[in-house]
Amino acid sequence: MSAETGRFSRLEKHNIFDVAIVGGGVVGCAVARKFALEGAKVVLLEKGRDILNGASKANSAILHTGFDAPPGSLELHCVQQGYKEYLDIFKDFNLPILKTSAFVVAWNEEQIIRLDKIIKQAHQNNVSDVHGIDRDCLLASEPHLSTHALGGISVPGEYVIDPWSSPLAYITQAVLNGAEVRFGYEVCGGQFDGENWLLNSETNEDISARFVVNCAGLYGDYLDQFLLGKSEFSIKPRKGQFLVYDKAATALINSIILPVPDERTKGVVLTQTIFGNLLVGPTAEEQDERNIAGVTADGLENLKSQGEAIVPALREMPITATYAGIRPATESKDYRIFNYQDKNWITAGGIRSTGLTSSLGLASYIFKQYSETTEPLVPPTEIKTPKMPNLAEHEPRDWMKPDYGEIVCHCEMVTRREIENAMSSTIPARDLSALKRRTRATMGRCQSFYCTARLAELMGGDADE
Amino acid sequence: MSDEKMHVDVAIIGGGPAGLAAAITLRKRGIKKVTILERECNAGGIPRHCGHPPFGMREFHRILRGPKYAARVVEQAKSAGAQILTRHSVTELLPGGELKVASPQGLLTISAKRVLIATGVRETPRAARFVTGGRPKGITTTGALQSMIYLKGLSPFKRPVIVGSELVSFSAILTAIKGGMDPVAMIEPGQRITARHPCELIAHFKGVPLLLNTELKEILGTSKVEGITVNDTKTGESRDIDCDGVIFTGKFIPEAALAKLSHLQLDAASGGLEIDQFGRCSDANYYATGNILRPVETAGWSYREGHVVGAMIADDLEGKLSDIKDASVLCRCEDPVKLVVPQRIIPGRTGGFKHLQLRVSRAVKGELIIADNLGREWKKKMSVLPERRILVALSELGILENTGTLRVYFKE
Repeated sequence: MSAETGRFSRLEKHNIFDVAIVGGGVVGCAVARKFALEGAKVVLLEKGRDILNGASKANSAILHTGFDAPPGSLELHCVQQGYKEYLDIFKDFNLPILKTSAFVVAWNEEQIIRLDKIIKQAHQNNVSDVHGIDRDCLLASEPHLSTHALGGISVPGEYVIDPWSSPLAYITQAVLNGAEVRFGYEVCGGQFDGENWLLNSETNEDISARFVVNCAGLYGDYLDQFLLGKSEFSIKPRKGQFLVYDKAATALINSIILPVPDERTKGVVLTQTIFGNLLVGPTAEEQDERNIAGVTADGLENLKSQGEAIVPALREMPITATYAGIRPATESKDYRIFNYQDKNWITAGGIRSTGLTSSLGLASYIFKQYSETTEPLVPPTEIKTPKMPNLAEHEPRDWMKPDYGEIVCHCEMVTRREIENAMSSTIPARDLSALKRRTRATMGRCQSFYCTARLAELMGGDADE
Repeated sequence: MSDEKMHVDVAIIGGGPAGLAAAITLRKRGIKKVTILERECNAGGIPRHCGHPPFGMREFHRILRGPKYAARVVEQAKSAGAQILTRHSVTELLPGGELKVASPQGLLTISAKRVLIATGVRETPRAARFVTGGRPKGITTTGALQSMIYLKGLSPFKRPVIVGSELVSFSAILTAIKGGMDPVAMIEPGQRITARHPCELIAHFKGVPLLLNTELKEILGTSKVEGITVNDTKTGESRDIDCDGVIFTGKFIPEAALAKLSHLQLDAASGGLEIDQFGRCSDANYYATGNILRPVETAGWSYREGHVVGAMIADDLEGKLSDIKDASVLCRCEDPVKLVVPQRIIPGRTGGFKHLQLRVSRAVKGELIIADNLGREWKKKMSVLPERRILVALSELGILENTGTLRVYFKE
């Protein structure tokens, strides 16, 4: 210990970060952005080769109003702050939004009875435009919906966004405004000397930071245990499988179709994606593993029949892709935010499917807690904002502009220019998964039947995911 | 954003064997402006990346490797005077023969007197097969593997398992070996291979164990494929097979994405476009030919279909089809008959496709019956296997003018 302490004390002041953020999921990216914009010297530590390698990789990409969040909860607060901030900033970043609105659909009498309570809760949450809708109006708005629908609730403010470009925009802005990102950095230990943290990794140099924000998602409880010696919560991994239907299926729904939620999950959702597909999912399966998210034949068949029960015409539609993700559920329904003031440490745990929406709100909430204990920071005089490449199907794509070179992925119409840009951007794509999230390459119906070889060549031999 | 308009006589979407053959015929028939729109950097289609024989027996009366065959057909089309525009992706099919096209030079609109859709087929990838497991590296299709090995010299794994036993599955064996791999096994859930005898000898001579009655249950491994779990379909027993790659072969589906988003009528049974015996779609300005019509035929067969439909388009442009009424006989198939092409027949006409093409979904023995709504029946005893070509001559059916529908089914 003395040797390490010795080395620690020799560190120059300018090598000490104001804040180290552990975890490059959507929350980590948004927190990095917030701190960087406020003038903090930020480092984000991500153990994977790219951002969004854990829970943030797979979600339903809905921008939530918070209409169904528990009143008074921290989740509600952050979702609504995040929602508002996204609407304020998305245009500056050239990020997309698909203003779909949503319907909560009741399929039996018991669910019909529960609708009133959901409307009341929505109004209590200040989502005042939520209202009941009778069966006829519902079927008129959604002509492909099964006629077994009994009625529902209209939620005009629920939208669809790009689940990958948004976090990428946040971390890119953080970096453009001075933040640093270290990939392949797995924090495996650390010490707090009363003033600064020294974080260790087995494969990288130590990092010194005055403050730590734990955004480690599926490993958030472990990180607290390792570095603080205790965790106030434990992650109960919950797997969600998804089905992605062909672009032709998108015309079958106009709005997001939500089920009447139960106590545990939001249930299976049908939604358009920003990329022009139709998504059905997720399942909710408790499991022990945090790093394994495989699909199962049974799970997918089950989703397929649930989807077809809601929109029967899906029977005729081809399935483009399947995937699974893990949500970091905990023993509690609400977010688990803990501020260890004596340790210069804040933990953001248990951020599940609402994290994509709430991340901007969470970032402000966490920054506020941080700033209450420290001297004021000096924000950069000029804030730089990146313009993100558009991946949304309903906005102009790169192939519509000349000189794109060639179309590399034909199903998703991804150009060589987009791929080259993604590989040389501020946070460059370094493998095929990262490239897929930045360009849509291989996401389409052929699932890389046509484009694998060319992509592999452009990536320098990384043959598949 | 530039948006030029180009006028052609016939625009052909897809520069594989079918599209190229049609272009050759059209040019030979004196049609002036025949333009092939190919989205890849090179025309030639799938044979471009099948680096093994046999190709070209039907067309050139000799055995060629795929790339050589593709190059020859491209050369034929060029010397016949067809224009081949590579890197041109059709993005929209509009009524009357207007196409929206993306090219590296910019967007353009092509207005064609007739459009021929010849976009071919692709294999069913893992996702649509609902196979349990994670997403490790090392899962591919034959097509992707071929383009990696033959076009780019890349080798993604060493010991793959080949899933399926269609003709293409044996092509996957040859491709894998060409890429320096040592395939661990070929697995097939049925009790016999789907491809014709003597394909199994390829596996035999190359030393690849052919595991029949063996069904893939799960792909093992998180970052890389570490093996698979298979089930014996007879005993229900499962076991693991050690491997570092999985090649999903076959289960071809027509590449009908463009058509799906268009005004054209699709055929749910074949997964392709609905056509009459001349290859005409529901919008008479559009034709379709080759593997877009049904999964899956050889390059040689597609090439021949290209010639047939090319000749029909030439007839049409010469006014020879103009007297044809819209009314046609609708063919509908019933399980185990999986598909029938063409789906609409105009009675009393010769020219175009001379046969109904059928496929069955499982091995079946009995009487194939084609019955019309007037109570007339055509019957033939047969024993057929899935993925095998079944042809019924239209002339044998003697379809009457006042026929409404044909039911195509099996009495087992």
